[in-house]
Amino acid sequence: MTLEELRKLRAKKQDDLKKRDIEGKDCQIIVGMGTCGIAAGAKLALEAFIEALDEEGITNVSVTQTGCMGLCYVEPTVEVIVPGMPTTIYGKVDAEVAKKIVKNHIVGKKLVTDHIFDRPSIDIVKNGGK
Amino acid sequence: MHFFLCDFLLDISQNSLESGATEIKIIISETSNYISFKVVDNGKGMSDEVLKKVKDPFYTDGFKHKKRKVGLGIPFLFQTSKDCKLSSSVGKGTTIFFGFDLTDIDVMPLGNLSLTILAIFSGNCKSVCDVIVERSLTTEKGSRSYTVSRSELLEVLGDLRSSGSLSLAKQYLESKEEEINQVRVETMLDIPEKGEEL
Repeated sequence: MTLEELRKLRAKKQDDLKKRDIEGKDCQIIVGMGTCGIAAGAKLALEAFIEALDEEGITNVSVTQTGCMGLCYVEPTVEVIVPGMPTTIYGKVDAEVAKKIVKNHIVGKKLVTDHIFDRPSIDIVKNGGK
Repeated sequence: MHFFLCDFLLDISQNSLESGATEIKIIISETSNYISFKVVDNGKGMSDEVLKKVKDPFYTDGFKHKKRKVGLGIPFLFQTSKDCKLSSSVGKGTTIFFGFDLTDIDVMPLGNLSLTILAIFSGNCKSVCDVIVERSLTTEKGSRSYTVSRSELLEVLGDLRSSGSLSLAKQYLESKEEEINQVRVETMLDIPEKGEEL
């Protein structure tokens, strides 16, 4: 694929998907991509999120990365922010769980209760994540 | 410990992303029996004194996580790669090289390189930073290469944050990797499946 082909593909996709974009508005998925997250397979979770969102036809969810959230024992960890729902940290997120989060949390507006791990570790909350 | 060689690249590149660099160059050269990675950044660099300490897994400057003694992930690399060189100078930047003998049974599989590049491109960056990846694969049958950069993808896609852009970037990077893997197809019969990573 050349850059030109990519440009065309983007233009085509934008026309196709405009109407569904309201679904993911202001939603954020933040994947913990520190050394611990990477070792536990955070890259696979990232891939699964991108693929699952694409399958649902949602293009405007922000998918970003952060460092270690201080929950290394339940990596890969993912923070999900959906307007009107509590900000949630999920732990042990493999590809399967990532798909569930997109389907239930982002689209269905229901928490995936088996994988909730509260908020980031106290020292990180205090320092505002810095 | 990391599961794939790609994970080392992602881990190490993140240090460069956080170093305040404005340009990071990643050179990945693979032959039938050897793969090497070189990450060059023009970030803040490290003094000789710090360079000695970064191989200690518990060494940290203490700025990122005040109460935690967790280092840069570099010691993992020195444990795994037999050819690993790190050089740096304050204010100029850091260069790290690491290579693996692919015939060594203890060397882990490469993993999903296109996804790794995507994760680096969309990673947390403290400065306005371009990342350029030069990837080549050379075997007895020939040589192929490609170059991709963060700035060109940003220019075409507008951003590397939204799931739609990331999905398109992923397709683009996968197609590039597939193109050069043709050399492998021509070289041997046991073709590694696309998406080796499970």
